[in-house]
Amino acid sequence: MATQPFMPLPGGLHLPTFKTLSASRPLAEAPLPAELVFPLQLRGGINAVPTVSAGQRVLKGEVIARAAFENLPPLHASSSGIVRCIENRLLPHPSAMEDLCIIIDTDGLDEALPLQPRRHFSLESRETLRAWLIEAGVLGLGGAAFPTGFKVDPGKRRVDTLILNAAECEPYITCDDSLLQHFPHEVLQGAIILMHILSVEQCIIGIEDDMPEACRSLENALRARAYSGIRLQRVPALYPSGGEKQLIQILTGREVPAGGIPADIGIVCQNVGTAGAVYRAIEYQEPLVSRIVTVTGHGIHEPRNWITRIGTPIAHLTAASGGYTNAAERLIIGGPMMGFAVSDDQLPVTKASNCILVAGHEDLPEPPEVMPCIRCGACAEVCPAGLLPQQLYWYGRADNQERLEQHELFSCIECGCCNMVCPSHIPLVQHFRASKGKLTLKRREREKADHARVRFESRQSRKEEEKRSKAEATRRKREALNLNTPEVTHTEAN
Amino acid sequence: MLGVIALVLIFALLGSVLGFSARRFRVEGNPLVEKIDAVLPQTQCGQCSFPGCRPYAEAIARGDADINQCPPGGQDGVDALAELLGVESKPLAAEPRAEAGPVVALIDENTCIGCTLCIQACPVDAILGSAKHMHTVIASECTGCELCLPPCPVDCISIVPVKTGIADWKWPAPDDKVA
Repeated sequence: MATQPFMPLPGGLHLPTFKTLSASRPLAEAPLPAELVFPLQLRGGINAVPTVSAGQRVLKGEVIARAAFENLPPLHASSSGIVRCIENRLLPHPSAMEDLCIIIDTDGLDEALPLQPRRHFSLESRETLRAWLIEAGVLGLGGAAFPTGFKVDPGKRRVDTLILNAAECEPYITCDDSLLQHFPHEVLQGAIILMHILSVEQCIIGIEDDMPEACRSLENALRARAYSGIRLQRVPALYPSGGEKQLIQILTGREVPAGGIPADIGIVCQNVGTAGAVYRAIEYQEPLVSRIVTVTGHGIHEPRNWITRIGTPIAHLTAASGGYTNAAERLIIGGPMMGFAVSDDQLPVTKASNCILVAGHEDLPEPPEVMPCIRCGACAEVCPAGLLPQQLYWYGRADNQERLEQHELFSCIECGCCNMVCPSHIPLVQHFRASKGKLTLKRREREKADHARVRFESRQSRKEEEKRSKAEATRRKREALNLNTPEVTHTEAN
Repeated sequence: MLGVIALVLIFALLGSVLGFSARRFRVEGNPLVEKIDAVLPQTQCGQCSFPGCRPYAEAIARGDADINQCPPGGQDGVDALAELLGVESKPLAAEPRAEAGPVVALIDENTCIGCTLCIQACPVDAILGSAKHMHTVIASECTGCELCLPPCPVDCISIVPVKTGIADWKWPAPDDKVA
C-alpha cells in the first residue's frame, strides 16, 4: 500500500475540525419518526409524479413517485405507513421555496416490500445493473446527489480507475467516518460492483490521514477478504481535499479539464456512502431509503451519527440527539463551509443531507464588518482550483461577464477557503454564486434567442417557399389555359 | 531598367495574390449585421418598427435606425449594442415592458373559437391548432412578443410571466456596501 500521495493539493486550508464532537458517541439507528416528508422535486426542476394517493398504505421501499418522462431515480417510501396527503411544504433548499411533498404517517410496523430472487450481479449485464441502480434511487451521497446509474455510464469515454472518496474534509462531518468504521465490507463490496459495471481493474480509496479508526477498519477488511484491485491511499488532512476534482488530482496527478467531468480523464469518483448504497441496492435489492447523518454542533446536547430514514424531519433527529442547548443559534444543512442555513426544523432529511449542524456562537461567529479589497492575494494562495478570487470579485462587481468566463468562474467549487483568509472579510463565495447565477441566466437567454432565431428563419423560408410554389402553380395554370386556347393567345398577342 | 522590371513583377505578383484572396476569402453578407443580430433578443416582435430582429439589425448596420428601439432587449440590450458599435449609449426610446422577467402567451382555451389568426401571426410557430379547433401555445417556444394579441377576435390570449421554479432560483448577491 502506497502511503505518499501523488501530488499535494494547490491551496487549501488547515481548519479546526471539531470532528470529535459527533464521533465520540456510537452510530445508532434513529427512532422511527411519526411522519416522513418526501419532496417531489427531482433534478433540474423536474417534479416527480406521485404514484400513490392520499389514504393509501405504502410499504418500505415502495415507489411513491417517479418522473413522468425522464429516466430518473424514483422516490421510495422509507418506512411503511399511510399516505396522509400531498401538499406544499418548505423545501430543504437555500431558496426556502415551497413545493409539493408527499407526507406519510408511519405505522411503526416498518414492513418492507417482498424481495424478488435475483442472480449474482456478475451474471447480469452492465445495462441491467445500471438500470437497477437507477430504479433503487441510488444517488451520490457526498452532497451533489447525482444519479449513480448515470455516473457509472461513461459512454464512449475510456475509464481505467474508480476512486472512492473517503476524504471527509469538511469540519464537523463524520458520517463517512462512522460508515467506514461500522460497514467497511459493504463499501468494499460496493466498490467491487462498481468496478464490474465500469469494467475497470483498479480502485483507489482516498482517505484523510486524520481518520485513523476508519482507516484501520478498512485495512482490516481488506486483509480479511480478497478484494483484488482495491488500494487504500492516505492523503494529508487539508480542506478541501475531499472535493471530487481535488481528490482526483491528489491521488492520480490528473487534472479534470475545466467544464469537463472526471470520466474525460478516465476516472469515475464515488463517495464511500454511495458505494455502500450500491452494494445494498444490488445485493439486497434495497432501495436507498436511509443514510448516515451527522447531527452536531455546540447547539445540540448529544451530537452523534444517526442511520436516518430519508424524509425524517430534522426536528425529530435533533430531539433524539438530546435537543437544542441554549447556545443554539443557527440550523445548517451540510457543514459550516459548504452548507446552507435554513429557518425551519420541520424540513426533511434528503439523500444529499450529510450533516445537520446546530451552530452555536463558537461554531459560526458573526462575520466581522466587510472592508474594501486591498488586493493582498491571500485568496489566490488558498484557492484549490487555482483561480484568482480577487480578480473574479472585481469582475463580478463590474458585471464583466466576458472576463468572468475567461477567469473560469465556473471552475470555482465554492469551498469557502477564500472567505476564510480574506483580511477584509469579503464574502467572496457569495459574490461568486451570484455571478454564476447571472451568467447562467445570460447563457440561457442567449440559447433561447438563438432557438427563436432558427424558428423565425425557418418560418420565413417556408413562407417564401409557399409563395413561390403558389406563384408557380398560377403560372402553370395560366400556361395550361394558354395551350388549350392558342387562338386567344394569338389575338391577345396582337 | 532592371529595377523597373523587378517592380512590375512584384506588383503583378502582389496584385494576383490580392485578387485571388478577394475571391477566395470573400465574406457573404455583412458581418456587422450578424453581430448586431446576435445581440438582439430574437423575440421577432416588431416593436422596433421593423418586421423582425434581423431587419432591425440590417437597418442599424445601414445607419437607418437608432440603437434604442428594442423594448424587449431593455437598457442592457441598448448598452450591449452601444459597446458593439462603439457609440455612446442612450436611454431606451420606448417604455420597457411592465413585467420584469420572461413572459409567454397563454390562450384561454374556453374562449378560443379556433380562428387560426394567431397561428398566422406567430413569428416563431409557437401556436398549435387548426381551424375550428382549440389552439394552444407551446410555452417553451413562445418568445412573449405579443404579436398574437391584436389579431385575436375574442381577446382570449393573455401575456403571463413564465412560471419559475427551484431550477430558476439564483443566489442573491451579498449586501456588503463597501465599494
